[in-house]
Order: sequence, then C-alpha cells, then structure tokens
Amino acid sequence: MWGAIWDRLTGKIDPILFSLAMTIGALGLITLYSASNESLPRLLSQTSKYGLAIVLMWVIANTPPQVIARFAVPVYIVGLILLVCVALFGVVINGARRWVSLGFATVQPSELMKIALPLILAWYFNRHESALRARDFLFASVLIFVPFALIVRQPDLGTALLIGASGSYVLFLAGLRWRVIIALIIALAAAAQPIWDRMHDYQRDRILTLIDPSRDPLGEGYHITQSTIAIGSGGLTGKGWLRGTQTHLDFLPERHTDFIFAVYSEEFGLVGNLVLLTLYLALFTRGLLIASNASTLFGRLLAGAVTLMFFTYAFVNMGMVTGILPVVGIPLPWMSFGGTALITLFVGLGLLMSVQAHRKLVQT
Amino acid sequence: MISELKNPEEEVRRFRARLLMLAIFVFISFSILAGRFVWLQLARHSHYTTLAESNRITTIPVPPSRGVITDRNNVVLANDYSAYTLELVPSKIQNLEETIDRLSELVEISPKDRRRFRKLMEEAKNFESLPLRTRLSDDEVARLAANRYRFRGVEIRSRAFRQYPFGEVASHVLGYIARVSQKDQERLAESGQTAAYRGTDYIGKAGVELSYEKELHGTTGNDEVEVDAGGRAVRVLSRTAPISGSNLQLSIDIRLQEVAETAFGDFRGALVAIEPGSGDVLAFVSKPGYDPNLFVEGIDPENWKLLNESPEKPLLNRPLRGAYPPGSTFKPFMALAALEMGLRTPAASISDPGYFYLSGSSHRFNDDKPGGHGIVDMYKSIVVSCDTYYYQLAADMDIDDKAEFLRPFGFGRKTGIDIEGELLGVLPSREWKRKLYSAAKYREEHRKWYAGDSVSAGIGQGYNAYTPLQLAHAMAILANNGVVFKPHLVKAIQDARTGDRRLTEPKPAQTIALKAENIEVIKRAMAGVNKEGTGAAVFKDAQYSNGGKTGTAQVFSLKGQKYDSNKIAENLRDHALFVAFAPLEKPTIAVAVLVENGGFGSQSAAPIARKVLDQYLLGAPKSEAVGKTVVLANTGVVR
Repeated sequence: MWGAIWDRLTGKIDPILFSLAMTIGALGLITLYSASNESLPRLLSQTSKYGLAIVLMWVIANTPPQVIARFAVPVYIVGLILLVCVALFGVVINGARRWVSLGFATVQPSELMKIALPLILAWYFNRHESALRARDFLFASVLIFVPFALIVRQPDLGTALLIGASGSYVLFLAGLRWRVIIALIIALAAAAQPIWDRMHDYQRDRILTLIDPSRDPLGEGYHITQSTIAIGSGGLTGKGWLRGTQTHLDFLPERHTDFIFAVYSEEFGLVGNLVLLTLYLALFTRGLLIASNASTLFGRLLAGAVTLMFFTYAFVNMGMVTGILPVVGIPLPWMSFGGTALITLFVGLGLLMSVQAHRKLVQT
Repeated sequence: MISELKNPEEEVRRFRARLLMLAIFVFISFSILAGRFVWLQLARHSHYTTLAESNRITTIPVPPSRGVITDRNNVVLANDYSAYTLELVPSKIQNLEETIDRLSELVEISPKDRRRFRKLMEEAKNFESLPLRTRLSDDEVARLAANRYRFRGVEIRSRAFRQYPFGEVASHVLGYIARVSQKDQERLAESGQTAAYRGTDYIGKAGVELSYEKELHGTTGNDEVEVDAGGRAVRVLSRTAPISGSNLQLSIDIRLQEVAETAFGDFRGALVAIEPGSGDVLAFVSKPGYDPNLFVEGIDPENWKLLNESPEKPLLNRPLRGAYPPGSTFKPFMALAALEMGLRTPAASISDPGYFYLSGSSHRFNDDKPGGHGIVDMYKSIVVSCDTYYYQLAADMDIDDKAEFLRPFGFGRKTGIDIEGELLGVLPSREWKRKLYSAAKYREEHRKWYAGDSVSAGIGQGYNAYTPLQLAHAMAILANNGVVFKPHLVKAIQDARTGDRRLTEPKPAQTIALKAENIEVIKRAMAGVNKEGTGAAVFKDAQYSNGGKTGTAQVFSLKGQKYDSNKIAENLRDHALFVAFAPLEKPTIAVAVLVENGGFGSQSAAPIARKVLDQYLLGAPKSEAVGKTVVLANTGVVR
C-alpha cells in the first residue's frame, strides 16, 4: 500500500529534472546565506517558498497537457488584464510600475506572462496545426507584441525582451520560414537608424548606458565593476564559503537577487562555476529531450519554449554579471532570492513534467 | 489530439532539426560563458585579486558647481563661493553633546548653530556628514586642524555655498536652494537621477532655483580612487571632471527691482513689469520678501517660524499666487472688447446719473461719484473711471463672449511664466459658475448666471480674480498691439563650458487679431488718465509719454454704506491697483502694481508705478549694486 501511495505521489514527477533543479536551488540557498551576511530569517523565508512552489509543480505535473491547454486562453487574458491594471494603477517601486495590488497581495503580472505566453502560442499553433500559414505567424506575433509593449512601458526592458525571446522561440520551433527570419532581421537592422534618430537624448543615453555601463560609473557601471572584481578574484577554487571579501565588505550591490552569481563565483571559483554550468546544461538537455519526444505539437512547443526560457534567463543573468551582456535586471533561475520568480520556475518544471509523463496516454 | 497531418513524421523531423539548432545555440552560449569565467578567474585572476584584496576601488562623486544667476545686465544675483566648514558625522560620534561642547572651546558655536544642527540631524540619514559651523576663519581652521586628533567623526571640509548678495531683493524670483530632503530623494529616484545627485547636498526649492534646477545643477563627475581597508582614499586612479551647471541670465533688471521694492515702503503687495516686445519680466516684486540666504545652510527653527507664521505672509509669491479683483484697471480691456465686438463706438455717449438699474430689477448699482459724471463717451469713461458706463456695457455684453475675447490676453489662464505654482485666476463665464457650484448641495439657482453677475463683473469686481502677473501680462499684450510673448524671468541660458547662449523665448507665442484704430482709442484714453484723469496728479511732468489706469478692489462689501478708509481696520481696506505702459509710441515697459489694503489706486499704487517708469526710462543714478556683489563674493559675508 505504501508503494502505491509513493507511486501516486511521485509517478508524474520527473526525477532527473527535479533533482537537478533542487541541487541548483540548494547551491542558491547556500549562497544566499552568505550573501545576506549569514541571516537565518532570510534563508528560512526563501526555503519556505519552496513548499508552495513544489506543490504547484506537482499539481501541474499531474494535469494532462490537453487539460492544461484549456487554460491557455484564460490565463493569457488574465495576464493581459493584470498588465493593463499595472499600467493604469500599478504600485511604483524603485521608479518602475511593475506591481499591482490585489488587496491581499501585490503581484507582478509580467511573471505570469512568462508562462502564459508560451502556453497560448503552443495552444494556438496546435489548433492550426494541420495548415500553418503566414497569417497564423502574424497573429502569433500580435500575441507576443501586446504583452511585450505593456511590459516595456512599465518600464522593464529586461523582462520584456525575455518574454519577446521566449515567444520567438515558439515561432522558430513552429517552423517560421528561414527567409522570413532573415527578412525580419534585415528589417530590424534597417529600422534601428530611424528609431534612433527619433528618440530623445535621455532615451539614447539610457540605451547607451545599457550597452556600455562604464558611461554611468556611479550607477550601473559601479555594479559591473564590483561584480567582475568579485568573480575575477575568486580564482580557480574561490575564497571559500562565507569568505568573499567583496560580498562581506558591502561592495557588491543587489547581491541577494540579480547579482547572486557574483557571490557564488567569488566564494566557489571557476570550479564552482563550471559545476553550476554543467547542472544547468543537464537540466536544459533534459528539457529539450522532453520536447523532442513529446507526442503533440502543443507538448513539443511548450516544453521547448519553457526550457529555452530557463536557458535565456540563466545565460543573460550570468552574462550580465560577468560584464559581457548589458545590465537588464533579471534573476538567475533557482539561485536568486525572490518568491514570485521561484514559483514561475517550478510551474515551468511542472509543465515539462506533465508533457513528459503524459506522452503515451494521449496517443490515438 | 494528433490530427490528420499530411506527414506527421516529416513534421516531427523538422521540429527536431530546429530543436537541435537551438540546443547547439545553448551549448555555444554556455561555452562563451565558460570562456569568460576562465578569462576572469584564471587569466586575470591576479589583477582582480589585487583590486579586491589590497586596494579596493571605489568611485567618489565630484559634485559640479552650480550655475551663476545674473540679472539682464550681468549683475550677479546668486553664485557659489567656497568656505571651510566644521562637519560632524553623527553616526561616528558617541556623545554628540559633549563633542560639541568640547569643540566650542576651540571655535565659537552659537546656540543658533546648535539648533540648526539638531534640525539637520532630524532630516538627514545618519551616516551623512553635517555642517555644524560654516564659514570658518583661517584662524579657526588652524586651531581645529591642530586639535583634530582629539575628535572622532569631526571633519573640516571645503564646501561650496550659495549666496544671494542682494538678500531680500528679488527673493521671490530667485527662490532658494536647501539641503536635499527625503522627499527630493524620492523624486530623484523616480526620475532616475539618484546617481546624478550623488555628492550634491543642495537642490532648488523655489523660484528660478527650482524651475531651472536641471540647467543649474550640471553633471556630476567622479574620481575612481583606491581605498585602503579602512575605506580612506589612497590615490586617485582616474578622474572624470564634473561639468558646471549652466548660467542663467534673468530678464530682471536688478536696479529696477530694487527701486520697485523700495517704493513699496512698508506696504504689502506685488509689482510686475514686462517688456512688451519680448516678454522679458523686468521686475517681479512680492512684498514682503525673505532672505534666501537663511535657507542655504539649513534654516534655524526661529527664523522658519517667523517666516511661516507671520500674518504678512512673506513666503507667499503674490504676483504668481495672489488672485485679486482687478477693479477699474479692467475697464480698458472691457472697452476694447466693446469696440472689437461692435457693441460701442468711441463717440457713443451715455448720461450718467450716478447709478444704474438693470431693467426689471430694483437693485441699484452705484457709481463711485454720487452725482454721476454727466455725459460720458468711451474716452471719458476711462479717464474718469465711470462705473455707470461699464455697468451698461456689461449688461449689453454676453459674459461668455467677453470671456472668449479676454482669454487670449491671459486672463483666467496660466501665462506660462517659467517658475512653478502659477495660479489660474478666475475669468467668469457661465460654464465656470456652473462648475463652481456643481456640488450636490447647490441648486440650479446657485449655478445659473444672472445679469447682475455680469454688471458687477463689468467693473472688475464680482467674480473676477487675477494675479498681478496676469494683469501685467495683459497690459503688455495691449501695449504690444496684441502680439503675445510668454512672460519669462530667465532670458537666456548660457552653457558654462562652451559659453553658448540660448534665449528661452525668442519668438512671440501668438498674435491676437485686433483693429489698430481700436487699440489706438484705448491707448489714447489711458494716456488721458495720466494727463487729465485719475492718474494726472501722480504723472505730472513725466518726461516721457505714458498711459495708465487706476483701480481699486474691494476687500469687503460695505452693503451700501459710505466707504471711509479711516474708519476701517487696515486689513479690510481696499486694495489699490495701477497698470501703466510707456512710452506711448513704442512701449518698452508695461507694469501692474497692486498694493494690499492701499486704498485708492491713485493714492498708493500709482506713485510706485511712476518711480518704476522713471527709473527704467530715465535711468536714475546707478545704485551701488555692482560694487556690493564683488565685495560679498570675496569676503564670503552676506549679512
């Protein structure tokens, strides 16, 4: 009987995905403890969020993809409405309007959109699977553009670009023609000059600072200077847990959230970094395999898009902290402090697991 | 869910091909990251270790120097000077009172300094360095430096301070700067300027200092320095020089401003003088004023209380934020409206019995002159300020038409002057009244426009309320034949680095289509006021041609009793007004004067206008203004 209960509990949970994510999460908690100057309450608060996140993952993993597909439209619409609410009467925190108060809690609708967008795109393409035409791709682009534009306005360029990217992955995987892709890239390059000419000086300034943070040495540039020093001084094996000088002398900004990788890197060195990269790669490989083996177009697109979203987050975050990508405030999956992002990540895992677990049941 | 695809295998194959491409992309991206890690952590490891371990790099902001404000003749009105200050970092000091006591044995620290310091502490973040004494003499600096080892958290620093050499003069134009407050911080954070203000302690709080904050502030520079383990700067590695803020050249003529402020004597009130052909504000007086120097180092509680609670309201910017009924100064504009609308000809006359009844009403509107002015045409109506003429005219003129005609003159709307807080004023109309009484507690009879409302509005009383700035602006437009310039206090902005000068309002904002002969009629009548009418006594023997109009605004209604200024408490006495322009042919100055509780316009307001016109057009002997500035800048003493 215990065996049956165990099966019921874990049957749909993909052990590889789950253990990889939990390992990265554990590294995250260890680093968080160091980054918060050994603050136990902060550690516990983050740990407690795993409970809810895992329950959500379990529920979704146990829901068949065709049921999940039914939620695609409502979830997307709710996400859009919330984004509009943010634009109209959102709460301003740190100069950006990203949160909306629901009375009992403040939520960040762009987080919901990270899941909602791949979901609706996968649903849409699946519905029109038999005959995908140019106008289907056009409509899908609109589905991407509306939330993208709303999030750009918040302003949260980083999240907007990532959401745009995860939408583009779906378009690519759904078979957008190469000549269209090339034409789009050329059009974008051609549009850059006129758009640039039309911008205000301060807007140009912002973009230039985004590309080259040293233009703003007191703001963004300061973060990057300090995080590269932290990483570089970490060396081959790192300075050891709780012994990062950059971290503990308050030189590192945002070190619990977007810049947590710098703390990890300083304390665990190149070896630690390569271990983390390997863990991520293994997780993405598993995700892509699930996509490859999925039985429906919906499953394939969803699993592919979610996995690549994870990848983009990890890559852009680490690229930013090491100074090879512009500073756009986005967290490192399973490492950065923060509850909402954690829930999004585990919901994503749940979707992958659902696709994997139900791949045979839906065969006709 | 698998649909009837033509070739499902082919579809899946294609999907996998694309997935593989993305997988390769993922792998390459991560290889780049790994390469970057190797570069930072192996190849450049020793470099970064040096930076992190022995000498840590930090960036210290270097605040820019704030732009200088001058008057139109380049007389300095606000500038920075540097002085040594004695500063404390409260967070590093255990017993603050004791430390201050011990310091007071070395340099003089007055009770006022202590109180001001305590106020600063309440407003500041606790790791900030706060000035206890400013403007230390060389002697005091030497004494403190010799004893510095005895004190922890005590510093002597050279800081830039703002000074306003003219003190109270033009205080409402210049405004002042003061320490960046918590609220300012939040505002800066919201506009993404926190980094730009690192190292800057002061920010514009009022007047030009506030509205041109962006131009005046400049760009913060920074020093990249090595710091030792204790956080002290060891040496400067690289430096980006700050860029000074732009200099502002005001349109104000400070000598004219001084003459105008002096002319007010002990009266409260406002004066605005505008150059009609450019919109340059030549003088902008709000009496009483305040000394902006008091705010710079943090105002002490006594002075603050004094300014804030005085019944004279010295902090109120009267030309900008005081709305007063214009009284009879409104009549020239009413007359112009009548001519333009074709309701009156210049020659059409009425017989004034000294009162006016609306048809079908028993309410008697009294003329100022009990027996009446006899036969009155338009010229005479302005020269002798005949109320009855305008009672009749107002009854004939639709209030909404009137509002529409007068709005382009700036009545009841913002003139667009370049300092913040301008009041709208009230240009009454049906819609306006309806909106005023829109609350549920009012009924239709409150909201409705009555003919009687029009009549009292016709002589500049009733609902009319305009700021002295609006009045001067309207006068300037009339003097300039309908060509409108936005009034501005800052004439030009000069880039401190390149020296390039940029005019703020080089072009007229709009032109009101008016018939030249109609304007001529009004101007001639206003010239008549100062030759043979209510302004004649004051403008006797003026050496330039000029026009004007007196006005009196009721503060409270006497309900039919005879007004006797001697019997009425001073603060209930009428406000005196005067508008004027000169010379007649090509006016170079238009002015509006308001004297609070000054009685008749001809008594107190007109003489002030005369002094201002004399000064501007005849150039009374130069005051010692220019010399004074230089002296102040050198010694660093303001009061």
